[in-house]
Amino acid sequence: MLKRRFIKQLVNSLFDLAPIIVVVLIFQVLVIGKSIADVDRLITGLLFVVLGLCLFIQGIELSLLPLGESMAYDFAKKGSLFWLLGFAFCLGFSAAIAEPALIVLVEKAALSASNHHQIDSTETASAHYALGLRFTVAISVGLAILIGVLRILKGWPVYYPVFCAYAGIALITPFAPKDIIGIAYDSGSIATATITVPIVTALGVGLASAIKGRNPITDGFGLVVFASLMPMIFVMIYGIAYA
Amino acid sequence: MLEWLLHIGLKLVEVCINILPIALVISCFQFLVIRKAVVYPRKLLIGFVFVLIGIVFFLEGLDMALFPLGNLMASQLTTPDFLGNNAELTGRVWQDYYWVYLFAASLGFATALAEPTLLAIAIKVQQTSGGAIRAWGFRISVAIGVAIGLALGTFRIVTGLDLYYFIIVGYLIVIIQTFFVPKLIIALAYDSGNITTSMVTIPLVTSLGLGLAEAIPGRTPLVDGFGLIAFASLYPIITVLAYAQIAQWLGKRKHLTNT
Repeated sequence: MLKRRFIKQLVNSLFDLAPIIVVVLIFQVLVIGKSIADVDRLITGLLFVVLGLCLFIQGIELSLLPLGESMAYDFAKKGSLFWLLGFAFCLGFSAAIAEPALIVLVEKAALSASNHHQIDSTETASAHYALGLRFTVAISVGLAILIGVLRILKGWPVYYPVFCAYAGIALITPFAPKDIIGIAYDSGSIATATITVPIVTALGVGLASAIKGRNPITDGFGLVVFASLMPMIFVMIYGIAYA
Repeated sequence: MLEWLLHIGLKLVEVCINILPIALVISCFQFLVIRKAVVYPRKLLIGFVFVLIGIVFFLEGLDMALFPLGNLMASQLTTPDFLGNNAELTGRVWQDYYWVYLFAASLGFATALAEPTLLAIAIKVQQTSGGAIRAWGFRISVAIGVAIGLALGTFRIVTGLDLYYFIIVGYLIVIIQTFFVPKLIIALAYDSGNITTSMVTIPLVTSLGLGLAEAIPGRTPLVDGFGLIAFASLYPIITVLAYAQIAQWLGKRKHLTNT
């Protein structure tokens, strides 16, 4: 059973990558009309990506996803607000910490910052900066999930917190240092990529189906977008504090 | 070979440290607060090992393929050779870089359309809207949104305009649209933007942006290079909301002519 699912997932991961390869190939052949250097390394790398993606998604589906959903259900049944909110925060925080795409982004950001002498160009300084960024993002994702869960419990419309976050972003951006804005705006969507989305969606949908009077679709979704807006605000504050 | 194994081993340790918090959180809450035995402990453990090895391979593949690829495309599409040699007289204008916008847009369109998570969501949308919003229409509108977002984003990098204005204008449009669309679709539309920016697209698009900012004269990676992902997750919200509105309007008109 496991083997068949593995092969199916491998094909899925290949399809994930296929559009990228097709678009790049079309442009390379028809528009640029030159051959790519170092093709072997590119192909090996792409195969690694496919294999890694396949194992990763398979692993998430086996472990984190069913667990998150059943835990959300258990917490809702338990009825303790304190533990539910605590769980929501911790889950958001740790999911963002584990997010591979975020690790990659903060490394890129630290590299750019040290190349342009925003921070000291030593390895410890850039590691420190990268870790600070990651923690900032993780704390804000945790907070966002906490508020989002509160929203589901209270039955507030999804756009209240989202509009508040929009206003916050619009107000803070003029005060943020110019070189943090791009990173801040990206960090939100990146923090809510592959690990966070399935877990958080499972949490939201699980909660909304466990609570009477909530619709899994209208109330369960909307956690992700809020979790992607909060880091934008907090990373800009981090940038202001760092400068 | 030995060196490579050592390198992979070190990566594995690093990934273990990154995964540790979420494993701790889940097990602590499971055993201390909920106090219920886990149903399939073996399956869970296998899953965690899969996640670990998967991330190691993925990160390795990123460094080898996806990052260089984004960078390569950015530099190839911006070399003077490729752009033609009319720049000495007038200087480059933003129109010269049209292949860049086109590349970004087609990349965005193709990846969004092929995204498996989006397919699952699209089917859910069709069910909740009672068939008024079609799964295919939903997917295509997300893909168009990502394409517009990335094209605008690369345009911003080329021109060096402020990221702020593009995003705030996007927010304003979303706020206005929210008041006119069917309530059912709002939460899904909001989330749709983030769902499409997956683990594969993010590194590629990020390196494309950084590569462009490096290649185009007068731009710096730190100020101009980031921000593409933000575009790619905001603009699909607008197109999905617009599609929902159109679908609703068409549905109403059909209803009226039938009665």
